[in-house]
Parts: sequence; C-alpha cells; structure tokens
Amino acid sequence: MTPADHQRAAGSRPAAEGPELRSWGPLLALIVVSLGFGLAKPGFATVQNLWTIADRSAIPLILAVGTTFIILQGSIDLSIEGVMAVGSLTFAMCVLNSRTGLDLGVFGLVLASFAGAGLGLLSGLVITRLRVPSFMVTLGVWSAGTGIAMLLSGDQPPLIRDPMLRALGLGRSIAVPNLFLVAVAVVLLGYVLQSYTRFGRYSMMIGGGEDLARLLGLPVDRYKVLAFAFAGLLSGLGGALESARVGLGHVDVGAGQMFATITAVVIGGTSLGGGRGGVLQSAVGTLVLAVLTDGMIFVGVSPYAQKAVEGGLILLAVLVATWPLRSRLRIVK
Amino acid sequence: MTEPVLRVEGLSKSFAAVRALDDVSLDVRSREVVGLIGENGAGKSTLLKVLAGVLRADRGRVIVHGAPVSPANVAAAAACGIGIVFQEQALLPNVTVAENILLGHEGRALRTGFYDWRTLYALAATQLEKLGAEISPSALTATLSFAERQLVEIARALAIEERTRREPIILLDEPTSMLDVNGIETVLGQIERLRRRASVVFVSHRLDEVLRVADRIWVMVNGRCIAMRERAMCDIADLERLMLGRELDAGCQQQAPSSTHGPKVRLSVRELGRRNSYRGVSFDLHAGEVLGIAELAGSGGESLCRALFGAERADVGEIILDGRPVRLREPAEAVGHGIGYVPAERRLEGVVGGLGVRQNMTLAHLDELRRGPFIDVVGELRLVKNWIDRLRIRTPTAETPANSLSGGNQQKVVLAKWLIGRKLKVLILDHPTRGLDIGAKAEMFALIHKLARDGLGVLLVADTVDEVIALSHSIIVMKDGVVSGRFPASAAKPSRLQVLERML
Repeated sequence: MTPADHQRAAGSRPAAEGPELRSWGPLLALIVVSLGFGLAKPGFATVQNLWTIADRSAIPLILAVGTTFIILQGSIDLSIEGVMAVGSLTFAMCVLNSRTGLDLGVFGLVLASFAGAGLGLLSGLVITRLRVPSFMVTLGVWSAGTGIAMLLSGDQPPLIRDPMLRALGLGRSIAVPNLFLVAVAVVLLGYVLQSYTRFGRYSMMIGGGEDLARLLGLPVDRYKVLAFAFAGLLSGLGGALESARVGLGHVDVGAGQMFATITAVVIGGTSLGGGRGGVLQSAVGTLVLAVLTDGMIFVGVSPYAQKAVEGGLILLAVLVATWPLRSRLRIVK
Repeated sequence: MTEPVLRVEGLSKSFAAVRALDDVSLDVRSREVVGLIGENGAGKSTLLKVLAGVLRADRGRVIVHGAPVSPANVAAAAACGIGIVFQEQALLPNVTVAENILLGHEGRALRTGFYDWRTLYALAATQLEKLGAEISPSALTATLSFAERQLVEIARALAIEERTRREPIILLDEPTSMLDVNGIETVLGQIERLRRRASVVFVSHRLDEVLRVADRIWVMVNGRCIAMRERAMCDIADLERLMLGRELDAGCQQQAPSSTHGPKVRLSVRELGRRNSYRGVSFDLHAGEVLGIAELAGSGGESLCRALFGAERADVGEIILDGRPVRLREPAEAVGHGIGYVPAERRLEGVVGGLGVRQNMTLAHLDELRRGPFIDVVGELRLVKNWIDRLRIRTPTAETPANSLSGGNQQKVVLAKWLIGRKLKVLILDHPTRGLDIGAKAEMFALIHKLARDGLGVLLVADTVDEVIALSHSIIVMKDGVVSGRFPASAAKPSRLQVLERML
C-alpha cells in the first residue's frame, strides 16, 4: 500500500485544496485528447493505432522515469540527448556491427546503460562535490556526451547487424511492441523505487526541503548522485534501444527527447520545484504527448506545421494539467 | 544528588562580531524540566542549536550521560540522546507523519532499502501514543495543523528513547510562542507527561509558563548564563529583574497616552464585508491614533487587516483613505497608497530571509531611492544606518542576512521596511509582539506610540486583551465577524472585563 492509499484507508484528514483534481487532471487530459482524436478520425481509435502510440511512447517512457526522480529532488537533467548518443554508439559498436569485430549481443545493452550511468554519476558528483547547479552541469554533460559519440561515430555510423536485437527494437510479442513491454517494466520498476524504497522516499524528502533534510542528517548528496546515475542509466538504455530500432548507432538518436521528456514529466504533474509528483504521473504525461503527436498526423496537420502545432498543444496541455495549481503558484519563475 | 544527564561547560559561539554564547555552563538532571529564559538575542536558541548539532561551538564541552559529544547534525545529536523541537518547525511537508518521526532511524521498517509501510506506521504510532496524540501516522504532514505538527516533532524527539535505550533529553525552543491558550495548555500538559520519561529543556518568553512547569530556571543575558533559580525560590518579578537587570514598570504594560490624536481621519472603512469572514464593519482611524481590534482568533479581524492591505479582497463595502475611496486589489496598490502591513508570520510574509538587512528594508522603496536609472547606493546606506540606529536593531552589519537576527530584531527590520516609505499613512500591525520577549515587547510598545505621535494611523490586532487595551487609544471588539463593541478614544479606557464581555 502506498502512503496515499493508506491515508485514504486510515480516513485521516484529506489534503487541502483538491489534490484529487491535481492528480486526476493529467489522466483526464489523456482521456479527453484520446476521445477528441477518436471522434474526429475513426481511424485513430483502432487497436493497430493504439500499438503505434505504444511503440512511439516506449523510449520517452523510459526517459521520463529517470527524469522524474531528478525533478522530484528539485534538480534538472538536460543531458538526456548527449547521454543517449553515447548509449547509442556504445551499443552499436559492441554488438554485431559494420565497424568493430565485437558481438556481445544483449550484453551491449548492459554496457550502453553503464556508459549512461557513468555520465550520470559524473554529473551527480560534479553537482554535489563542486556545488555547481545541475542545470549547468548537465548542459555540459550533454555537450560532452555528444562529442564523445561523434568521436566514436566518425563519419561512418556503425550499422547494427544483430538480428535478435533488431527484432527487439522493431518486433512485437503477440501484438504488443517489444519496446513498449520494456518501457512498462521500467515504469513499474520506477514506481516500486519511488514508493517502497529509501531512495524513492528520500528523493521526495529532498525535494520537499533540501536544507531541512540535510539538517535532519539525511545524506542528501548521496541520493542526488544516485538519482543522476539512475537517470543516466535509463538515458543510456534509451539510446541503445532507439539504435536497435533504427539499426545504427547515431549521434542524433536522442534529438528532441530532452524537451519532450521534461514536458511530459511536468504535464504529468511533477513539480519543477521538487517534492511533488511521481513516476506514474510522468507516464501519463508521456502518453498525453504521444497521443497528441500521433493524433496530429491522423487529422492531417501539414508536416510543416506539425512542430508549431505541437508546441502550442504542449503549452495547452501544461496549462490544463497544472490549472488546479495556479492559485497556489504565487511566484512564477 | 544524581549525576546530571547533560552538562554544558564553558560553551562559546560567535557569529562575526556578535558573541551569541559566552562561556555558558549549565546542567540538566534526570527527569527534570529546566526552564531557559532571557531576552531576544540572549543566546537561548543558539545554545539549543549547538546542543542539537545544528551549530558548532567555538569552545567548550557538552557532556551527555557522562560522555563528551559534539554532534554534526540533528541525527547525530539524536544518536547521543538529544532531541530538539524547533521554534520554527522542521518537518518535511510532503511526506507522511511516520516518515518524519522516524527519518534516519527507520529500524525494522526499512529492510535493505525497502520500506515496510505497515511496520513504519506501527513504529510511528508507538511514538504518537506516548503523547496521547490522535494523529494518523499515514497522514500527509502538510495537512496537519500547527499544533499537530508540533506534537509530531515532539514524537520525533521521543523516538530517541528506543534508539539509545536511554532517557532522552528533549529541547523545546519556544514551543508555545505561536499557540493560542488551548494550544499552550496542551503543550504544558505534554511537558508534564514528558517528565515521566525524559529530561526537558524548555525555552519560553512567558515567564508564568516557565514557573509552572520548570523545576529549575536558568537565566541568560547577552550570551551568558547569569543565574539559576529553583522554582520554589523565585517569582516573575525576580526573573524579570534578572533578565533585564532592571525593573519593568508594571510588567511592561505601559499605558497608551489618552486621546492625543487630531481630528483628521486617515482611514475610513464603511460597511466592509467578506463572505464567511466579517460583515458590516465600519470605523474611522485618525492620524495619530492607535486603533486596536480585540477578538478571539478567527473572528474576522485578521482577515479584515489583510483586506485593508489588499492581500485579500473584501466583497462589499468601501475603504476611504484621506477622504478618497480606494480600491485595494493587491498589496502593491496598498503600498502605493501609503498603507504598510507587518504580518504575524514574519518568517513567511515579512522578511526575505536570505537577503541582508539593508535589502530587506529598501526592497519596497527602490523607486524612491532612484537617481535616474540607478539606485542611490550611498543614500540608501545612510538611510538604512539611520533606521538601524533609530529602532536599535541589533545586527553586526547592514548586510547581515535578516534571518540570522533574533525574532525581535527581525520584527524591527519589517517595521523599518515600512517606515522608510516617505508617504506612509497607515500602518497595520498583525500581532506585532508575537514571539517577542518582554524587553523587546516594551520597545515595540514604545515604538508604536512614537509612530502614532508622528501622525501615522496605526491599526493593530494583538495577542491578548491586555495588550490591546494597553497599546490602543480606541478599541473595536469583533465577534463572529461583526463589530460587537466600541471604545472610542474620547471615552475612558475600558477594563479587561468590559472588552472580554463583548468578545465572548
């Protein structure tokens, strides 16, 4: 039982000012957006399209889980795309490929994740030891990651030739895309971490009041480093999986993912100030974005206008999702 | 005599130029309640913070159960057997009560990094039961009332018992300063209850409380522990004398000079009302007048003050300032009209903690200090120094962060912030003496009257009826959102009973 469930069960005083609205808002938005597109275009609400959306959202879901912990603690991770690039190249060059003689198979996924975790660890250590804001550090690590990936890639991106891994990236089990299954597993893992482990609960506390947590003797720095390493691990994994899908290791596998991930986490209701939100909320936020993107193709928005419309819809979605919080946001930075 | 459970020997601590603790020595015996009194800035909070591991002493020793300790943080102090309940609460709002109580020593509720919520709630419930508190361990901390949160903090301090297998030493830093009468009784009751299983150090500004629960009382003045008195051997007057080194006239209840204000009406309120809060409120506030609102908490007076400062909107009625109706939709408009507001929760609303004294004072007046596009830095500093002197603010420098000052001095900084404004016409004081000791209170009283004499209209809601009567020229009494009694300045001062009658 999560604390929230228990609170309801114990019948203690409900939290002030509609926490219900806040937690249900994003889910409601997801339903409304889905229904809207479904009614507008009958082809949208088909099982086949459902799996398309699932496939599209798989990697963003994995990224959102890691980022949620960082944002819960009140930090930010802008290095996602750089870390994904490193993950992608590490993976592509360790499995059966056109450039190196290696053939490590699934172990390549592990190595890519570790490479990502390494970069995350580096971010975390610089942030906590040298006391540099996470914003700046991760921006630097983004650049560094992209640079490392470029060095690895050269002018001939490695093509992946391991059929089993290509099948992981592209194939389906029964009807469900394999990547989506991986994503669901990661989301569940994230949920367990958040609700049942010291790492998850202490992350919440750090976001709720870092100074206070420190004063009360909580090893804040350790958990911050852990969160960045964990997020790096998932970014590395995300980069590798994207490579398995597209069939080559490339610097740009993560293009656009950083903005999308942070947006998804915020739409889900995780506060950028920290201490509020969670993995499941972020998952809902990710799905909202995936449905929006997919739905636009269905209703026939011109590919040229898509980016702009997407941006507008994201703003709208954030507005809707955070509407109940507005009155409490006395200061907007 | 038993060996003391806590002994402090020659403790010293300085902040920049200020000596907060100067060679302090004292001891606490087993299952004893020790009172610690002194003016604001006397070093009481600093002493507790050193004992609890928040601050490190420059010199001296702390000996707990016979062993010297120097805890690095609150958790380390807890491991030595010292628990603290902070004056300004230190609970994490976004997690459960149980997590707050057991933070850092979850014990069997946390196995290899995994929470066992059922056990966690059970362990926390054990602690809450010690206090007889009916708080659900699974409740979100932010949803609790102030008094409930305080109980949670005491429960957290008590949890030390199981960890150290020793009697804990519980430090209570002004646990009653923010509470109403009922809340105070509860806390004093809890202290009696704590005595059965712990030693307690109790800091309070209210000497009557200290005399009620403490076995021995230590008096601090200017960072030094100057005296110890057995409860049976002293009374309030003795303690006041020790604290101040002088007698206070009639327990500092200086009388407001009777009607001195002119005929000019500064602020006029006509039939003001706000749903569920107050209705049909009318009164005139003259230049030079102190108008006190007497009420039980929640009778509408505080809400009314907020409306007059634009922090909350009234639904109906008129606010007339210097003969002209004004609309106050937000605090900035009120400030523009020359209305100042000193809130009760100065930590939340009054000072910007991280900023220095200077910046806090001039924050709202940068326009007036402008020279072309630039701030007149020299003029600003001169102005700030002037007010630091005039209000006798005890601060090492003008740049010291406001939140490192004592309560009374923070309050003065908030006052100065308004007084600096050249066009200030009306000053609203919401519980201006809350959390202040008697010395600081007396100063605040004198200050308020001086301000009124200079032509300001002062509107005030105070903590006790006595305070309202002592401070105000005229009084309105509020009950359930309506004005239930008026005592104009022209009439004789009402007695406590007369005011109370109309409040209840």
